[in-house]
Amino acid sequence: MIYIPETIKSAFSALALNKVRTFLTMLGVIIGVFSVVALVAVVQGFQNYITDQFSALGSNLILVTPKVGEGQDPSRSFMGNKLSLKNVDTINLYLGDKVSAVTPSIRIAKTAEYKTKTYASTVVGGNYQSYSVYGLETEYGSYYTKFDDSKKANVVFISADVKEELFGERNPVGEEIKIENVSFEILGVAKPKGGTFDDRIFMPDTTLKQAFNVDVLSSIAVKIKENQDIDELMHEIKLALLKDIKADDFSVVTQKDILSSIDQILGVLASALAAVAGISLLVGGIGIMNIMLVSVTERTQEIGLRKALGATSKNIGRQFLTEAIVISVGGGMVGLFLGYLSTLAVKSFLRATIPWWAIALAMSFSIIVGVVFGTYPALSASKKDPIEALRFE
Amino acid sequence: MTPVLQAQNVSKIYDMGTSKIEALKGVNIGINKGEFVAIVGKSGSGKSTLMHILGLLDTPTEGEIILNGVNTKGMSEKQLAAVRNSEIGFVFQTFNLLQRTTVLDNVILPLKYSDVPSTEWVRKAKEMIELVGLQDRLKNKSNELSGGQKQRVAIARAMINDPSIILADEPTGNLDSKTGDEIVNNFLRLNSRGKTIILVTHDNDLAQIAQRRIVLKDGSIVE
Ligand SMILES: Nc1ncnc2c1ncn2[C@@H]1O[C@H](COP(=O)(O)OP(=O)(O)O)[C@@H](O)[C@H]1O
Ligand SMILES: [Mg+2]
Repeated sequence: MIYIPETIKSAFSALALNKVRTFLTMLGVIIGVFSVVALVAVVQGFQNYITDQFSALGSNLILVTPKVGEGQDPSRSFMGNKLSLKNVDTINLYLGDKVSAVTPSIRIAKTAEYKTKTYASTVVGGNYQSYSVYGLETEYGSYYTKFDDSKKANVVFISADVKEELFGERNPVGEEIKIENVSFEILGVAKPKGGTFDDRIFMPDTTLKQAFNVDVLSSIAVKIKENQDIDELMHEIKLALLKDIKADDFSVVTQKDILSSIDQILGVLASALAAVAGISLLVGGIGIMNIMLVSVTERTQEIGLRKALGATSKNIGRQFLTEAIVISVGGGMVGLFLGYLSTLAVKSFLRATIPWWAIALAMSFSIIVGVVFGTYPALSASKKDPIEALRFE
Repeated sequence: MTPVLQAQNVSKIYDMGTSKIEALKGVNIGINKGEFVAIVGKSGSGKSTLMHILGLLDTPTEGEIILNGVNTKGMSEKQLAAVRNSEIGFVFQTFNLLQRTTVLDNVILPLKYSDVPSTEWVRKAKEMIELVGLQDRLKNKSNELSGGQKQRVAIARAMINDPSIILADEPTGNLDSKTGDEIVNNFLRLNSRGKTIILVTHDNDLAQIAQRRIVLKDGSIVE
């Protein structure tokens, strides 16, 4: 009786006899799984980026964003958009009595340093009113003021995780952290708010522009007064902004609108991913089948010998199938690991993560590829007539 | 006493579409327990075909093989594999060791298809390797061995499941005469311990060492 671990052990030693070939055979699956995992991670990072912007924002918030509607290039939300500080003034000017706070919002991923510690954070630039717009609460110290905004002071208000990571339990107010070698004084610390909101560093948008040379607004966030009708106000904001910029250049939305349009974009990306996954795994699988067939031919004598020594056709078939699965699962694991490395590589500008389902999917696809493309070579190995095989002499 | 192995009226016809080759014609053989039998004949006389059929690797076109009193006709592929594993030990002209695999792992190979628990494998294999005097070559790869050493590994492998019969097809064919004699001595030693041995050879002199000779000519037994 051959039991499973023994079959796997033999598969490893057989594959180890031809390491270069085994690696080249794996390459198809490695590239397939890697590209899928890396793309999923990037899409996930993109989704994190956007939901980060809107999560924890209440229902009384209206957002003005660069247009990301149908037929529009989503990258325009990052660059080349027409939103400016002038739009903030316009909203205040025309609707000042209906809104309670308006802030521009600039977001960039940056790493903060304190002594030897670092933290990959999202730096958020906004005016002093952003405290109210984002519904922040203070644990230590205080938020920056209108005065800090106007003099572009190098001050920050940090979220709970940032404090935890860089300072542990102690109160960091008055300490200085560095972001890209610029020092910032910590004015205050936020109470934990949960989720992605806790990895942020808030600073005046004027400071952020000056320190990091960023000039585009990610959005303008408007907090409306309690008694206002949100749909009506959205319309009024739109009319007011049309005095400054073209209708094609901005959208006035609530969080719900944005999340549904993101879903749409991600849906398209997901089907593109499925196609990439399918094609690359197909190519990888054909590679495995091809090499396994060569291997079966080369090892005809070994197959005959094993049968002479008591192996059944089933034993032989299982041996070759196991080798194919070990190749494809091994390739899947390497691809997954490379995919993980790629998330580290893009870490500074995108918080890319590999969701657990992508890991499960990559591994199960690798197994399926091994089974599907290993079966035919395994069958042809198992059917070899031992006499023919031994007549090679 | 019933023979260990009997061939009854065995014929083998290779059908190659346009032509047919009658490799064996009504062969009758009985091998007793503990016998050392040589099957001799010129090249092409049907020796290997007979050995494959006696070893249950191939089935006769007509006739039957009876092993330990059991008729093997109609056995399933799985049953035949199990019988080969436990009752037959093959030794081939070209050694047929697993490439770049250690002596120990080569000798263990038949155990992987047996009921012997894996905890016993190494101990049993070492015992057999000692029997052929290769105990200090356990961890050597098969390609690091001389021809004679390779054949001794093959003998250890054939012996590991304590089979009823050892079938050796031209086991000295790829060896120089001195090394060949060593291998023959190994068989004689196994035979003196009671093992039944069938030695297939085209070499009449070599066949002299057997207790009994069966001479094949054009697929028939002539003496
Ligand atoms: N698989 C086969 N297909 C067709 N002919 C075969 C096959 N095996 C052996 N033969 C033929 O059967 C005859 C006996 O061959 P073999 O048993 O190998 O003889 P020996 O071992 O005595 O040299 C030869 O004519 C050979 O060509
Ligand atoms: Mg022959």
